[in-house]
Amino acid sequence: MRVSFTVNGNSVMVEAEPLARLLDVLRVDLGLHGVKEGCGEGECGACAILLNGRIVNSCVTPVTAAEGAEILTIEGFRETDRYAVIEQAFSDAGAVQCGFCTPGFVMATEALLRENPKPSEKEIRHGLSGNLCRCTGYNMIVQAVQTASEKLNE
Amino acid sequence: MSTISRSIPRPDSPEKSAGRTNYLDDLKIEGALHARLLLSSRPQALLRRVETPALPDGYVIVDYHDIPGANAVRMINDSWPLFPVDTVEYIGQPILLIAGADVAVIDELIAAVAVEYEDLPPVFGIDGAEAANSPECFVDYQFKGAPGIPASESEKPENLAFTISESFDTGAQEHIYLEPQAMAGWYENGRITVTGPMQCPYYVHKAIVTIFGWEPDRVRIVQAPTGGAFGGKEEFPSVLAGYVALAAYKTEQPVKLVLDRGQDIEISTKRHPSRIALASTVGTSGFVQSTCADVRLDGGAFEGLSSTVLQRALFSVSGVYRVPECSVRGRAYRTNVAPYGAFRGFGSPQAFFASEMHMCHLARKHGEDPLTFKRRHLLQQGDRTITGGILRDPVKMEEMIDLAVTPSEYDRKRAEYERGAGITRRGIGVSLFNHGCGFTGSGERDIIKARVKLRSHADGKVEVLCSNVEMGQGAETTLRKIVAETLGIPMNRVEFQNPDTDQVPDSGPTVASRTVMVVGGLLHKAALKLKNTDPPRPGRSVEVEANYEQPPEIEWDQSTFTGDAYPAFSWGVNIMEIELDLLTFTIHPLTVWAIYDIGTAIDERIVIGQIQGGIVQGIGYGSTELLEVRDGAFQQRSMTDYVIPGSLDTPEIHVELVSNPYHDGPFGAKGVGEIPLTGSAPALGDAVECALGAEIHQIPLTPEYLEELVRSEGRAR
Ligand code: FES
Ligand code: FES
Repeated sequence: MRVSFTVNGNSVMVEAEPLARLLDVLRVDLGLHGVKEGCGEGECGACAILLNGRIVNSCVTPVTAAEGAEILTIEGFRETDRYAVIEQAFSDAGAVQCGFCTPGFVMATEALLRENPKPSEKEIRHGLSGNLCRCTGYNMIVQAVQTASEKLNE
Repeated sequence: MSTISRSIPRPDSPEKSAGRTNYLDDLKIEGALHARLLLSSRPQALLRRVETPALPDGYVIVDYHDIPGANAVRMINDSWPLFPVDTVEYIGQPILLIAGADVAVIDELIAAVAVEYEDLPPVFGIDGAEAANSPECFVDYQFKGAPGIPASESEKPENLAFTISESFDTGAQEHIYLEPQAMAGWYENGRITVTGPMQCPYYVHKAIVTIFGWEPDRVRIVQAPTGGAFGGKEEFPSVLAGYVALAAYKTEQPVKLVLDRGQDIEISTKRHPSRIALASTVGTSGFVQSTCADVRLDGGAFEGLSSTVLQRALFSVSGVYRVPECSVRGRAYRTNVAPYGAFRGFGSPQAFFASEMHMCHLARKHGEDPLTFKRRHLLQQGDRTITGGILRDPVKMEEMIDLAVTPSEYDRKRAEYERGAGITRRGIGVSLFNHGCGFTGSGERDIIKARVKLRSHADGKVEVLCSNVEMGQGAETTLRKIVAETLGIPMNRVEFQNPDTDQVPDSGPTVASRTVMVVGGLLHKAALKLKNTDPPRPGRSVEVEANYEQPPEIEWDQSTFTGDAYPAFSWGVNIMEIELDLLTFTIHPLTVWAIYDIGTAIDERIVIGQIQGGIVQGIGYGSTELLEVRDGAFQQRSMTDYVIPGSLDTPEIHVELVSNPYHDGPFGAKGVGEIPLTGSAPALGDAVECALGAEIHQIPLTPEYLEELVRSEGRAR
């Protein structure tokens, strides 16, 4: 079947099986490799994207759910000023080690800060609870989100 | 703070955040075929018949018949066959692979293979191995530990007060690097090239050379960006590399094999489960007189690295304490489950959990707080290690303990929490630990023989040439920083590429907390050579080399396990405060005070990142990371079932570093990669004992186990 949607501001139309995972369409058909697969079952958030502004795990989202939607992946988000602030905060806090989880965390951070520009530490931890990181132990990521939130509110 | 310790921005951070770092599955490989593995469904069986379906054009089967050289994945020895010939030895053992263009077609073909097994009696776990008349051991070691203290200082003989003899069980642990294992291979112009996430390009190189029986120069290994490893990408990538290399050789096309998470958990290596029996005698004045340790590891189906993991466990089993008399035995059993292997800590987390809990129990029986009891036994500078090595460098544990006790208000809280009652309890616990940096014994000198090179280019750039990898731990930053600082040039003039065996010498594997101390040390040496003989300047290209030399004071006898098992130790103190919910029997770690002596930090933020991440992995190991094996099959085969800590589960962690420069490390640096994981489980265990008044003998501390503890011996609700 055909599915049409917008990715990072561009309209696309893809031919896909109805049950195809949005993750595969993004990675294989559209070459958006910043979207990672860590678990394939909605547990780790490495494949997180924004769909109509809401954070979703693209590995458990059927491509049909994208029909008519606006999708933002790391490839689109990294072109924005808000990204630059978040990236800097991640770097300053030491929130990036192997980096496999990082694009997903960046997208989760953006989703959280759009909804709640001044989150408490607890709210940050909740906001990131759909993403797993095996390297950092999270505290430095939480710190990064705190800093990003302060900078974005300046 | 030493200037080199000052944190700098990680050069790999921006690309990773932006999703621009291409891990193996992100690489565009023109014309690459996919591959899938057919796995054994039996724990131990003869392969009676393997009937394969007719293959469409462009699809091939690869199995042991296709191996031109030895059917062996070279590790310490050749005991791990790449493909089975007539017997399968664990559930999940790859029997063959099918490669072709379309994954869906391959999956159908795999499903259509008919395997006829003739089951043989399997052996499951340490219990199963010991039920046999003569358990099958990969290795069986015995040695007498050296007295910890110089003879002149020995306590006068005194009367025996009591003996405790007890046993501890630790479970398997899965690495859950966020990037699953993956590998790709080519066959072109008579050469095999393999690329993928890995810690040890030259291990993979040796494995492929053995499998093909070729000259080494016909094999090229290139590390791809590695999305976490933790030991999981130490030896297992050699196995996957064998599969893709053979498939590429047979098809003469590139072949890519990417495991999904379930398969990764099913077939890759994990931390060895252990059973550690400890029996100690304590004298009337409260000093341990003797300890008898018996360490058993479940080794899995093939030996792999079990012998060296066991050695590190044995050399850690008396902890950081003086024990006048110590006898040690260690065995690694062969069982019918996927081979266990390297995991951050490498045998030492098992040993430290057991020995730290044992010290707590001895303290309790002596009627003393565990920390006071442990403190009295601390190893000091000049003392002997369990293998009779000398602790030549200052030991700063006393000072480090104070740095944790004061801010945590340990004494007050301990007394208060030990009287706790009710549904929600608090606990506070301590762990004291160390980690020998680098390979055990003379491994660096006799086996690894590391070599590094620096090449200064006409444009003023200096290139680092070594086989150690960036896998998230910050090696790119720290190694470049060491070279830049030594040469007195800016960091951006020092270049580091992912190692390619066509370009870099063999500086050894990225394991054993050796990268900064040993390889960084060699780069420091090479940089000094460059600086003193031919400083980098525009218009000149020069190459210098440095080779490993064992520090002259180090002596080691591998046949008797005597001497300096490690040239240097890093040391750690954890105090952990937790909350325990007796309705759900769940543990909430609240705060950790973590004090470390790792010599000199090459970059503080990177070191703190290693410590934070290691502590959290260790908390998972001690609490939620349950990996059960039932009839030879792992029961938790997804990230939903196997529960690693998330952002809501992690405590506040206060890290403090104590400077204690090591003379043979670059700028005084020792190792930091592994030690933080080791300290978590015993601190957690002690904190739970404090909260419950019960004695712990196993990890992970599952709700079921905690409930049982409370019912049987804990303070009533
Ligand atoms: S890959 Fe989608 S949540 Fe893990
Ligand atoms: S940085 Fe490696 S998983 Fe998060």
